[in-house]
Amino acid sequence: MIDAASMGGDLPVVPPKDNYINRAYSIKSWLLTKDHKRIAILYLITITFFFFLGGAFAVMIRLELLTPASDLVQPETYNKFFTMHGVVMIFLFLIPSVPATLGNFLVPLMIGAKDLAFPKINLLSWYILVIGGIFILYAVVAGGVDTGWTFYTPYSSTYSNTYVMAAAIGVFITGFSSILTGLNFIVTIHTMRAPGMTWYRLPLFIWSHYATSLIMVLGTPVVAVTILLVGLERVFRVGIFDPAIGGDPILFQHLFWFYSHPAVYIMLLPGMGVISELITAFSRKNMFGYKFVAYASLGIAIYGFLVWGHHMFTSGQSIYGSLVFSFLTYFVAIPSAIKVFNWTATLYRGSISYDTPMLYALGFIGFFLIGGTTGLFLAAIGLDIHVHDTYFVVAHFHYIMVGGTVMAYLGGLHYWWPKLTGRMYPEGWARLSALIIFVGFNLTFFPQFVVGYMGMPRRYAAYPDDPVWQMLNVLSTAGASILGAGYLLPMVYLPWSMRYGKYAPSNPWGATGLEWQTTSPPPTENFEETPVVTWEPYEYRPREEKVVVNKILPTD
Amino acid sequence: MNSLFLLRNFPLFPDEGSTVARNVDGLFFFITAVSAFFSVLIVAVIIYFFIRYRRRSETEAPQPIEGSNKLEITWTVIPFGLVMIMFLGGAYVYFTMARPPRDTMDIYVVGKQWMWKIQHPEGNREINELHVPVNTSIRLTMTTEDVIHSFYIPDFRIKQDVVPGRYTTMWFKATKPGKYQLFCAEYCGTNHSGMIGTIYVMEPADYEAWLSGGAAEGSLASQGQKVFQDLACNTCHRSDAQGRGPVLDGLFGKPVQIQGGQTLVADESYLRESILNPRAKLVMGFEPIMPTFQGQVSEEQLLQLIAYIKSLGAPGEQQQQGSINTPQQSNQRPTSVPTSAAGANRGGAPNSNQANTGAANQTRTPARQGNREQ
Repeated sequence: MIDAASMGGDLPVVPPKDNYINRAYSIKSWLLTKDHKRIAILYLITITFFFFLGGAFAVMIRLELLTPASDLVQPETYNKFFTMHGVVMIFLFLIPSVPATLGNFLVPLMIGAKDLAFPKINLLSWYILVIGGIFILYAVVAGGVDTGWTFYTPYSSTYSNTYVMAAAIGVFITGFSSILTGLNFIVTIHTMRAPGMTWYRLPLFIWSHYATSLIMVLGTPVVAVTILLVGLERVFRVGIFDPAIGGDPILFQHLFWFYSHPAVYIMLLPGMGVISELITAFSRKNMFGYKFVAYASLGIAIYGFLVWGHHMFTSGQSIYGSLVFSFLTYFVAIPSAIKVFNWTATLYRGSISYDTPMLYALGFIGFFLIGGTTGLFLAAIGLDIHVHDTYFVVAHFHYIMVGGTVMAYLGGLHYWWPKLTGRMYPEGWARLSALIIFVGFNLTFFPQFVVGYMGMPRRYAAYPDDPVWQMLNVLSTAGASILGAGYLLPMVYLPWSMRYGKYAPSNPWGATGLEWQTTSPPPTENFEETPVVTWEPYEYRPREEKVVVNKILPTD
Repeated sequence: MNSLFLLRNFPLFPDEGSTVARNVDGLFFFITAVSAFFSVLIVAVIIYFFIRYRRRSETEAPQPIEGSNKLEITWTVIPFGLVMIMFLGGAYVYFTMARPPRDTMDIYVVGKQWMWKIQHPEGNREINELHVPVNTSIRLTMTTEDVIHSFYIPDFRIKQDVVPGRYTTMWFKATKPGKYQLFCAEYCGTNHSGMIGTIYVMEPADYEAWLSGGAAEGSLASQGQKVFQDLACNTCHRSDAQGRGPVLDGLFGKPVQIQGGQTLVADESYLRESILNPRAKLVMGFEPIMPTFQGQVSEEQLLQLIAYIKSLGAPGEQQQQGSINTPQQSNQRPTSVPTSAAGANRGGAPNSNQANTGAANQTRTPARQGNREQ
């Protein structure tokens, strides 16, 4: 399947005359497009904007915490900063990040389809995200929200005097965007695979997006209804969550985490799919234990629905309930561990290159190891009681969501950048930014584990004047500045490369996968003729040397 | 344990101020060791593979390796076994935290945006400060007037959310005198980070001296008795069984049969609910005539009322109870009745009952039933 020419290099690269980007140039042709690739680009621009908005709030948070006293801004302003940081980053960046951009672009390409099953619904889902985003932006501009992204009742439903309704409506609306995206992916993966593309020939990226879509479709309606109930209580004083009018505040936590814990896997699973693609492509090996990795994704998606109570060990829920949730939480650790072990084993006897995407994949594994193993601390109830709602938890979920998801997202963005744009990114700058991000991230979040175990609660505008605590917070803020610089670099060189980068060949990495068999960038129809798949996933060994009869592989 | 001892003076590690702290830290070190071992192992293997199998020529095409069921089973079973140890360790530590010992001293906490209001049974009140004797099991019964708060003492490794509309409890036994930081750990609005305080752990004698310095209004139970009379509760709840409501004497901690045939134990939560929403769980044989007191009593007054009801031991049971609990009581709380409260109604009774409240209701009820049958 791979020959020397498709690996790039020697032959002069000519950009394809007709592709999805140059088919039409009008703004209307973008805003009314039904092409999944153009919609992916619309998402990419949208979520990049929100990433920087959320990042700006993070900068303010870190600046305030440079000193113990609440001296840069008023506590109420600080509370709005961390709330808006969480709301924007989670609902407008992390949840759509990999699935809506890379997933949208790649799901049809990888399975050999011309588009998603419902192209108009795909466009609609982008508009829904934008409308939801506008409500949230309105909440930001009008004066902010201060409930925390978790909207805990009765604070959110009764006590907060901020723009809770605008933000809640925004979150409610964006939920439908991910429901529709999930629905689109499920139907597409079931019905539109190219001839010969059996389930076990699907790239693992597709498996993880399938698992993610299940969560999106099954979980998101719950948070939508929950947010709606908060609105009902806030506006019409219907007693649901506020005990003063007959409600139950803990009920809100159950409903909220029933979605929001699986939502962590909406953020993480697509990233794991990206990592599976990167590891195989840059070691030129098939995935070690393909089926285990594929089913691990489904296992995570299913178990993810059974562990929400581990966010509530201190809430006063039944101690036996806590026991069950702790037990099930440790079950989720296993499929995640299986993935890491299989990624590692895939490298064995591979042909490993150090291109930027692989560096991101390496960073992902490192962060995910720390983020994942600190999850073991939090699942142990007796230990969670101490670290719950401290910076230990903050560090843990940033290692998973930023260290994991954002690393995977950036790694994937670099890997598929040639396919998205038809241009190569500058390798030197890209490696530098990966390195800066790795260092900056660790410096930002590792000290938070320490200060968290020492007892510093999260969401504190001011903290006790203790030199050790301040030192750890200063380290964290210093790291955040480095991290910020690391994130800014790709925002400069990636757009730069769209005009000045080298033209990309169809398959610059010599990777398998149908997306590399069409031009870079692909034509609007993706493939000139529908591909027929006769090979196994990640078949990096040239086919001539291989016995393909009956799927029996040559013994070493 | 040597390493633990050294860490106690390590500036990046919190002080171990309670009996559970050491268990929590032991668990922490165990999980850290396992996690670090596997993380370092995996990273080392990856780095080795990265160097050993780096791409040497652009046309390299390595042999495919399909996978190995043996390896998959190995790296499923071993981590599973290890995390189950973590689960059991976490559960064990949690049970010691969640289940108070029999002989606790009860203190009541009401959270409010943004302060902690504390009531001692002897009647002393404090705000954002909690004075307790060392080496004594303290049980906090907590609620809040507004939003959810969370009572967190990092050096004791304990935390419990404080939820409006219900009581949550936590207990601890401080192991050395000193000052410890108290935080609100659940985000509760604008001044969340200002909802902090100090725990003063004192030698028993110092604690007694501190107790005798306050409580002008008498013991908590006597304050409750005043509320009881002000609200005219005593017109129906009479101790001679002639009133329109159930007799409250000796009620606390005993099983109550409610309409529908169900039996439950009259604990703090039940008393609270019966005052605020009397028809929710009506006692068998009584008419639903009691009005709600929602909005008429504050959380603090509710706690006073409950302390009063707790103090109402039924005559005749008094001695029985005393004989069961005296040994522990004398060990743990040598003189818990301050002089200021001594003159209050049934001055001795609150203590004997109060020493009992720490006992899990399940363990206590059968003994009481036995008493009744005699």
